[in-house]
Amino acid sequence: MAATRKTPVKNSKKQSKKSDVSAGSNTVIDFSSEDELAAYKRMLLIRRFEEKAGQLYGMGFIGGFCHLYIGQEAVVVGMEMAASDDDQVITSYRDHGHMLACDMDPKGVMAELTGRATGYSKGKGGSMHMFSREKNFYGGHGIVGAQVSLGTGLAFANKYRDDNTVSMTYFGEGALNQGQVYESFNMASLWKLPVVYVLENNQYAMGTAVTRAAAKSEELYNRGSVYGIPGEQVDGMDVRLVREAGNRAITHCREGNGPYILEMKTYRYRGHSMSDPAKYRSREEVQEMREQRDPIEQIRKRIQDAGIADEAALKNIDKDIRATVNEAAEFAQTGPEPDPAELWTDILV
Amino acid sequence: MSVQILMPALSPTMEEGTLAKWLVKEGDTISSGDIIAEIETDKATMEVEAVDEGTVGRILIAEGTEKVPVNTPIAELIGEGEEASAAPAPAAVVEPTPAPAPESVPDATPVAAPTVAIVQPDMDVPEGTAMIEMTVRDALNAAMREEMRADADVFLIGEEVAEYQGAYKISQGMLEEFGAKRVIDTPITEHGFTGLATGAALSGLKPIVEFMTFNFAMQAIDHIINSAAKTLYMSGGQMGCSIVFRGANGAAARVGAQHSQDYSAWYSQVPGLKVVAPHSAADAKGLLKSAIRDPNPVVFLENEILYGQTFEVPDVEDWIVPIGKAKIVRAGDAVTLVSWSHAMNYAIEATEQLVGEGVDVELIDLRTIRPMDMETILASVRKTGRIVIVEEGWPQSSVSAEIAARVTQQAFDYLDAPPATVTGKDVPMPYAANLEKLALPTVADVIEAVKSVTYDE
Repeated sequence: MAATRKTPVKNSKKQSKKSDVSAGSNTVIDFSSEDELAAYKRMLLIRRFEEKAGQLYGMGFIGGFCHLYIGQEAVVVGMEMAASDDDQVITSYRDHGHMLACDMDPKGVMAELTGRATGYSKGKGGSMHMFSREKNFYGGHGIVGAQVSLGTGLAFANKYRDDNTVSMTYFGEGALNQGQVYESFNMASLWKLPVVYVLENNQYAMGTAVTRAAAKSEELYNRGSVYGIPGEQVDGMDVRLVREAGNRAITHCREGNGPYILEMKTYRYRGHSMSDPAKYRSREEVQEMREQRDPIEQIRKRIQDAGIADEAALKNIDKDIRATVNEAAEFAQTGPEPDPAELWTDILV
Repeated sequence: MSVQILMPALSPTMEEGTLAKWLVKEGDTISSGDIIAEIETDKATMEVEAVDEGTVGRILIAEGTEKVPVNTPIAELIGEGEEASAAPAPAAVVEPTPAPAPESVPDATPVAAPTVAIVQPDMDVPEGTAMIEMTVRDALNAAMREEMRADADVFLIGEEVAEYQGAYKISQGMLEEFGAKRVIDTPITEHGFTGLATGAALSGLKPIVEFMTFNFAMQAIDHIINSAAKTLYMSGGQMGCSIVFRGANGAAARVGAQHSQDYSAWYSQVPGLKVVAPHSAADAKGLLKSAIRDPNPVVFLENEILYGQTFEVPDVEDWIVPIGKAKIVRAGDAVTLVSWSHAMNYAIEATEQLVGEGVDVELIDLRTIRPMDMETILASVRKTGRIVIVEEGWPQSSVSAEIAARVTQQAFDYLDAPPATVTGKDVPMPYAANLEKLALPTVADVIEAVKSVTYDE
């Protein structure tokens, strides 16, 4: 997984200035000990939460579709470290990590997964459909690519209100082949909308490898170039590089220069959804990624090597997170089901 | 040999226009391609080019003349060496040729606005309210302007809504009043701009999305249904979406199968949407204002043929018609006739004829398809015992089939005859004038259906 590459876009001073970022993870500056610990905690929370969700699914507490984010944690955590609380987040159905990164309550998220009245959507949305106005999280969308137009609309509203916020619009490399993505790119560039398109390239759109689905799959960050949208390819397994790229993209948007594309090279360890046997890739491929590129192991090692926290401190962190997740799981299993009367509420305002 | 220049039809629905200006005078020599006059249609001012060469012998229609029917001779060309004929041209001014020949228009039966003879005072309008004459087009324009003046979060977005002044001139003058920030021309990108507008609505703005026609909204129907209609429910009530999807729906005139579909039944099936389909200008204005204010997504189905039709609109400060309330256009005891949008034109004319024959028709304009005002329909059926529903959409799973089913389930004991429906035929809309006419309901169909339920064959 290479470091940062860039779309050559003319007239972008930013581009030429930032070309020195492409030297790889060792060149990262300005990622403090506090940042390392904060990123580690948030990524670990997502990992443990997703493991627990997988477990609850196996036990029959969670039904339907359940898409886990394990392996991709550095992407949303790094981006959220770059974003401000007022910026919006919108994503696809693989959304649990994004909600936790937006600081939504793990209890409310897990209770939605189990379809309880105490879930974020009162049990009526499920794994793929959760929202929080308070945390500026706009879903949770089940139609591949739809969130790209919607997220562009959030950016439209930001510009309309002139409030200097940015829409963080996440989608996978599978969505990237939907027509509306390009309709959105066109309008976003034409109207200089403040949107960061975070392309989470986890290599597989359900069972289809990106090389079998996307022309010029090695440079997806380039897909906005004909619209004049700068793009970068980022090592999405290194949270520091993600945050740094996020900062560049968000600054670009806040300065009124229009949209920006970040192609995050990442990997999901689990199947597309819980029912996916993942026969389309080898066990070795997954194992290699886990052993050599795991975003959480990378940061854990750095923390230990730099003496930011010792083994005991890390164990405590792990313990706290397990407690949080167990509490969420308990909450989600014991909460009441929605009242039957809820069937008929929230259809119209 | 003199050649007559006829009043041209400059749009699919144009039946008459204003001869705004002559750019040639009698005695001028013109050749093919010369611009000879300007004609104002209900949509735009168009230049008329000469087709034939010759000398303008006589101008038959003076400039400034309004309501000149299509195909009326407007000038006479004379060939070289000929003299302008002294006698008045055969079909000039006084007796305009009905335009075009009856069989060539789907809507050949003259479709006047409801006449006073059958229409009782509008129950929504307080007695003594001053009324002004207004087209549906101007009523829609006024509704949007009033709401945009009142709320800075409301904006209009769509193809050709701004600089072009609206493909059907609905948004005429709005760019000038509100500027490019709030009257937004989009690329031709229905799926994208509908998603974009829905996203803006989720964030709290109140977009009015204009589809040039609802046929093009099929590209965008995923966002209308999956993103706009369902999100409130999926979010447990957190994330509502105040947005209006509006535009021309249903058949216009000879625009073929891909531009003539009526989507009333499609959208009417979706919980989370409101679906409105007005007929009169007063309802168009009052309902569009309600739709813009509504916190929910509203599909607002207009009709191209109705755009140019004139009605009386109450001249009041803030004219609002509530969504979800049908209007009893004429009260009667013998049979309930329900329709909406352009099909009201058939229902009204049928009512006029039937009342003339002594059939006491109760005519209901449904106005809102969803939520459906069953209360008004059922109360009427309990009184009349008979119902006929008229719509332009296809018969299977139609709105009229839904009304017939509900009436059968909920007022079975009151029925003296099975509910009857008059719908568009179960075919893609043909282009040929005669076939298009056959594909749509007619006044005769409505009268026949009423007679069948009143056993008056």
